[in-house]
Amino acid sequence: MAAVLRFGGMVLAMAFALWLSAAVAEPKFPELTGRVVDDAGLLTYPEEVAITADLKALEDKSSDQVVVVTLPSLQGYTIEDFGYQLGRQWGIGTEKMDNGVILMVAPNERKVRIEVGRGLEGTLTDALSKIIIENAILTRFREGNFAGGIKDGVRDIILVLTGDAAEVEQRGKARHDADESAVNWLMVIFWTLIILWIAYSVWSSARYASRAGGRSAGPIFLPGPSWGGGSGGSGWSSGGGNGGGFSGGGGSFGGGGASGGW
Amino acid sequence: MLAQTHKRGHTATRAVCLIFAGAMLAGCGINTIPTLQEQAKAAWSQVLNQYQRRADLIPNLVETVKGYAAQESKVLTDVVEARAKATQMQIPPDILTNPEAFQKFQEAQNSLSGALGRLLVITENYPDLKSNQNFLALQSQLEGTENRIAIARQDYITAVKDYNTEIRTIPGRWWRALMYPDAEPMQNFSVAEGTEQVPEVKF
Repeated sequence: MAAVLRFGGMVLAMAFALWLSAAVAEPKFPELTGRVVDDAGLLTYPEEVAITADLKALEDKSSDQVVVVTLPSLQGYTIEDFGYQLGRQWGIGTEKMDNGVILMVAPNERKVRIEVGRGLEGTLTDALSKIIIENAILTRFREGNFAGGIKDGVRDIILVLTGDAAEVEQRGKARHDADESAVNWLMVIFWTLIILWIAYSVWSSARYASRAGGRSAGPIFLPGPSWGGGSGGSGWSSGGGNGGGFSGGGGSFGGGGASGGW
Repeated sequence: MLAQTHKRGHTATRAVCLIFAGAMLAGCGINTIPTLQEQAKAAWSQVLNQYQRRADLIPNLVETVKGYAAQESKVLTDVVEARAKATQMQIPPDILTNPEAFQKFQEAQNSLSGALGRLLVITENYPDLKSNQNFLALQSQLEGTENRIAIARQDYITAVKDYNTEIRTIPGRWWRALMYPDAEPMQNFSVAEGTEQVPEVKF
């Protein structure tokens, strides 16, 4: 009962939020085509492939999703403003742990930012992000070596994220738990039991009605809108990265990280 | 035997009706007001959290700056005083629906933003300070915190807008009149004020 109410409310609130967010002006976000989205064309194909492989290895190990994006334009937004909205739009990181990181480069505005998901703010702190930007990235960028700066930046981000072996292990484990999606099975069992119960009650009251020759049990309505709610979450839970496609896991961003310019 | 089956059938039918009614009510938006209310409250907690985080960074920052620029005592004292005012302020539980308290909270935080902004401007004149590792770390943390405050405020603005719209429009208005008469409209930050007051933290 409570679950039904909650689902209905959630579905409605989500629809409402969607409707509202559609009405609010937002920057036009690039498409999440992979772990490296090089819209500004700073990387060669082999470089892109190498970085993608490193980032995939990181996610397999720790479940942290790191994405590199180069932007031809910030569309008049500051890189901080653009960054967290892009992170939320793409949903980098898992929904449960918010463990996403985006390395953003806007060569035309001469800005770079490491946007850190809420769950990693304690590991990849603002100060560490700043150090990576200043030391690994900007020194190269100032020489005009974008690919080198991005590569070194990614290398350092990975180093920081894998610095604590125990923590990395723990995160990997939590991800396995999330993959088994125990909640969905509980929902299946819950609804199956209810359906069986309804069927049984229909059957028993029909038998009663036929024996007694009295009134029939009447139609049984099934609650319509709330059924969709059971599968509403499935779109968000994809861990991403298996096979060819890559997608975010629904992670959220609260403005962690650091920016720099050159 | 017959009576028993009869009874069982009725219980089941009643339960089905209850589930049905619950689903219909949920579909009609009976839960929307409390849901949005909780979301707005959560967004507000995040705002408080980030302001607190900024306040926690300040003593360290002031100490570090003092080591290099003790003669700027006026600016430093301003920051310390504004911080004290902002952190010692009693936040009443009804702040979200109390325009006066909300206004006072905003003013306290804004004057701290202003004092901090002035402090960061004068640090430009001290090259030794600017190359101090501790100061650089604090600076990046402060930068990050100002950014988080801006985002938390933005999220709060959106959440409150959703909530206020819901209780002022149909069917939310009806649900409010019927079920949640104590659901008051919440106070919101004005966006212009927010962008105006965020100190320029450029280094």
